[in-house]
Amino acid sequence: MSQDLLEIKDLHVKAEDKEILKGINLKIKKGEIHVIMGPNGSGKTTTANSILNNPAYQKVNGSITLEGEDITHLKTDEIARKGIFMSFQLPEEIPGVSVTNFLKYAKNKVTGKPVKVFQFKDELETYMKELNMNPKNMERSLNVGFSGGEKKKNEILQMLVLNPKLAILDETDSGLDVDAIKTVSKGIEMFKNDENAILIITHNTKILHSLNVDYVHVLVDGKIVKTGGQDLAKEIEENGYSQYK
Amino acid sequence: MSKTKINDINRNIYDIKNKDEYDFKIKKGLTKDIIEEISKQKNDPEWMKEFRLKALEVYNQLELPTWGPDISELNMEEIATYVRPKTSLNNSWDDVPEDIKSTFDKLGIPDAEKTSLAGVGAQYDSEVVYHSMKEELIKQGVIYTDMETAVREYPDLVKKHFMKCVPIYDHKFVALHGAVWSGGSFVYVPKGVKVDIPLQSYFRLNSPESGQFEHTLIIVDEGASLHFIEGCSAPKYNKVNLHAGCVELYVKENAYLRYSTIENWSKNMLNLNTKKAIVEKNAQVDWVTGSFGSKISMLYPMSILNGEGAKTEYTGISFAGEGQNLDTGFKVVHNSPNTSSVVNSKSISKNGGKCTYRSLVRINETATHSKSSVSCESLMLDDISISDTIPVNDIRTDEVEFSHEAKIGKISDKTIFYLMSRGLSEEDAKAMIVRGFAYPISKELPVEYAVEMNNLINLELEGAIG
Repeated sequence: MSQDLLEIKDLHVKAEDKEILKGINLKIKKGEIHVIMGPNGSGKTTTANSILNNPAYQKVNGSITLEGEDITHLKTDEIARKGIFMSFQLPEEIPGVSVTNFLKYAKNKVTGKPVKVFQFKDELETYMKELNMNPKNMERSLNVGFSGGEKKKNEILQMLVLNPKLAILDETDSGLDVDAIKTVSKGIEMFKNDENAILIITHNTKILHSLNVDYVHVLVDGKIVKTGGQDLAKEIEENGYSQYK
Repeated sequence: MSKTKINDINRNIYDIKNKDEYDFKIKKGLTKDIIEEISKQKNDPEWMKEFRLKALEVYNQLELPTWGPDISELNMEEIATYVRPKTSLNNSWDDVPEDIKSTFDKLGIPDAEKTSLAGVGAQYDSEVVYHSMKEELIKQGVIYTDMETAVREYPDLVKKHFMKCVPIYDHKFVALHGAVWSGGSFVYVPKGVKVDIPLQSYFRLNSPESGQFEHTLIIVDEGASLHFIEGCSAPKYNKVNLHAGCVELYVKENAYLRYSTIENWSKNMLNLNTKKAIVEKNAQVDWVTGSFGSKISMLYPMSILNGEGAKTEYTGISFAGEGQNLDTGFKVVHNSPNTSSVVNSKSISKNGGKCTYRSLVRINETATHSKSSVSCESLMLDDISISDTIPVNDIRTDEVEFSHEAKIGKISDKTIFYLMSRGLSEEDAKAMIVRGFAYPISKELPVEYAVEMNNLINLELEGAIG
């Protein structure tokens, strides 16, 4: 029997004094892929940021547990070390820090173990090949001067390297062309196993054509208004969100 | 002997204080008698004694600078300008007294000498206690010695160049330097000789309420090249210490000199150092500077591009924490056609520290077809720190390419969140951003200094998060 990985109970979240999430409930088990869909401004990114406890968002009520442990108010880095990863919609640029050095450092922080240099390099090269990434990007400053597609692939690379229990992909598919979406989907397939889970946050359905998902949740005005299977995504693709407003 | 209190801040190796033991410490203050006593103690030739007394006269005539950081707390009556350590000049570390040697050991100097340097000079308080250079350089005619030896053994070279590049009339602290200078290094690289491995001088000020006034004079003759590294540090005392060194660089036709500095003075130090280079035809001087310590720094290395096609590059970083006011920058004067200057300056301020980039770019009428590009970036780690840019650009011909770019930024919460989502603590995240910001500068430093700089950044950021 599969186990509960993440559980969100009645989560209310404010940003700049405005209530954005108005009671989110969500359960994710190991081995599952969940999708949260919703129109702009419905609270999708807030949900992702709240799971990682971004201090820009204030939790008013509710709780978040990871494998039964309350992580609602842990610091972001503690949550990351417990095994939650988020792929950012707009990844930050860090001048002067190479992708390799950054990943080595982050991996060491997340696992708490020293990183074996050669093994790490091999691992990185393998993943980059799979993701059609230019190996030269390894020595470039993190995300600096990267195209939109390169940044997103880099997020997927980080996910593979850090190997979290739960990966949250916030609008990872937005702004990507068909080929890039295929590559990202490939990365997700490589990552996916029975012990981890994925939460995809998106406002369109493109990425769902190349992935099998278990649950689709429709988020409107800070609440999950409907949950279904892959069919629900199809229905939204055809009819939009208007019926849920 | 004066008693010193030990502050319990941790700057690791830099704060190791040796007992204030000395062979001779001049009484505090600045009078004709004191200058004559220093001159006597140092066995100056007559011309140098006269020079010192002249400089004292000039010192007394000149006013304190009316711009920049407030240095009114400096009371020369409280500063001992000459402290001779309990040893003479040695050319083997085995002969250096144990406590002094152990200080340099901990600073990694003898190790670096074995692995990556062609020559080393080490000054402790007012005197150079160690000097040595590889045999093959001696054979090639390279001279690398302490300044006093140079005055004695190479009087013509010294007389011709000593305080000619930086005249005692430049400003009050140069005049002071001229009166009380002691120690420092003299380098002469003969025509066409390429010194592939760097020479390094390290200046350590141990004695409290004292000043260090080392004089560095480097002549790189036609077609020759050299990389010279200067390191400075001092342990922290409660009273003000003063550093007013002077660096004069002569880079002759087609010659190349790279001058790298890491200044890591303790935070009771007033660092009023003067550095200048005269660059001849098709020659180049590159400055690489890291300023970390000191309470107040006023430091503006200067290149005078006299020969046609002369070039200079300045790469500098300063890092000001609580109570620090680092006023640094670069000055360049273009005097001839086709000269070029490139400035890349960065500063980091935190916990209320203040960094100012103050610069001069002067391109004279005679310097047609010259180029100058200046870029300065500052990073403030919090809302109470200060960063400022005060450039003076004096361009007197139209036939130039000139650009100036200044950026002032703060670490964004979004960036910190991004890094924390990858498992880095807030401290780690800030340190990584700062290291990255500093990287374009640190990669220009000799590797052991780049490592030291990263350690310093980590040290500076430890406990910085409230």
